Amino acid sequence: MGGFWLGFRRAFIVTPGIVVFGAGFGAAAAVKGLTFLDAFLFQSLVLAGASQYVALELWTDPLTWTTAFAMGAVVFTVNLRMMLLGAAMRPWIGNLPAYKAYPALAVMTDPAWIIGIRYYREGGRDWGVYLGACIFMYLLWIVSVIPGYFASAAVDDPERFALDLVMPIFFITMLVPLWRGRMDAAPWIAAVLIALLTKSFVPGYWFVLVGGIAAAVTAALLYREGEEAVT
Amino acid sequence: MTDGALFAIGAMVVMTLIAKTMGFYILGHVPLTARVRRGLEALPGGVILATVVPITLETGWDGVAGIAVAAGLMAVTRKDWIAVGAGLAVVAGLRAVL
Repeated sequence: MGGFWLGFRRAFIVTPGIVVFGAGFGAAAAVKGLTFLDAFLFQSLVLAGASQYVALELWTDPLTWTTAFAMGAVVFTVNLRMMLLGAAMRPWIGNLPAYKAYPALAVMTDPAWIIGIRYYREGGRDWGVYLGACIFMYLLWIVSVIPGYFASAAVDDPERFALDLVMPIFFITMLVPLWRGRMDAAPWIAAVLIALLTKSFVPGYWFVLVGGIAAAVTAALLYREGEEAVT
Repeated sequence: MTDGALFAIGAMVVMTLIAKTMGFYILGHVPLTARVRRGLEALPGGVILATVVPITLETGWDGVAGIAVAAGLMAVTRKDWIAVGAGLAVVAGLRAVL
């Protein structure tokens, strides 16, 4: 677990993006009329960025059982793509006992996952790096909701400083070292084309899930017997 | 904190946990052959591209420019701080000018 602090430090880079995203949720929750306790529990227990924003749109006061079920369903569809992130962790943490592997997946967020995967691709095997990145994100996430809730004006105009694009730019940056050469070309092209196609026909966030699956299926189909797996 | 709110948060927690663990669980019941591994290896790049490209195209040309600069600088320098910083600076700069 010596890698814990390494992962913690590697996650520093996404601080502005997470703070704005997390504070933004606090502000949106305050506007929607959630009590601070509601907002804080929402943020710290659900821990799933984009899906929280979508579900928050459904929030009413008082909250009926039907609405509660609808929120659960919405969160599930937005987060379904995370099954792919978890699947990709199998070769790395699949040998851990379940009481370690499943909590590690429960605190997973996209940026922390990418930081972990990059480290794994560079040959690292200490899963503490992944966990450290997750924990850093988590702490930042639950702290950021506080100023957001009480001072919503502070996150008034994130677009001006390009803070709405921190995550896409960070993700693309982390994509570069994942490139291994020509073998990645077809799966990556498939992901882009299928995602764009899905987005133009299916509402919601399905394009991420479908695009990711397209990459995996393409890579698996192109595999020829006898080739060595790279990782 | 009402019962309804508590139940809604509980439902969202459960659904999120299922989404996060489901793929890992399923892959525990599939033999990790070389072909399956090759597919899993393609997931990180595939998921990133399937997320970023549609969202950025929706944002506009400022976003596309920022992403191109970040990717280019990362390819040359391999320093994520430089790439992310420059990408954001390009977007903020374009927005200030346009």
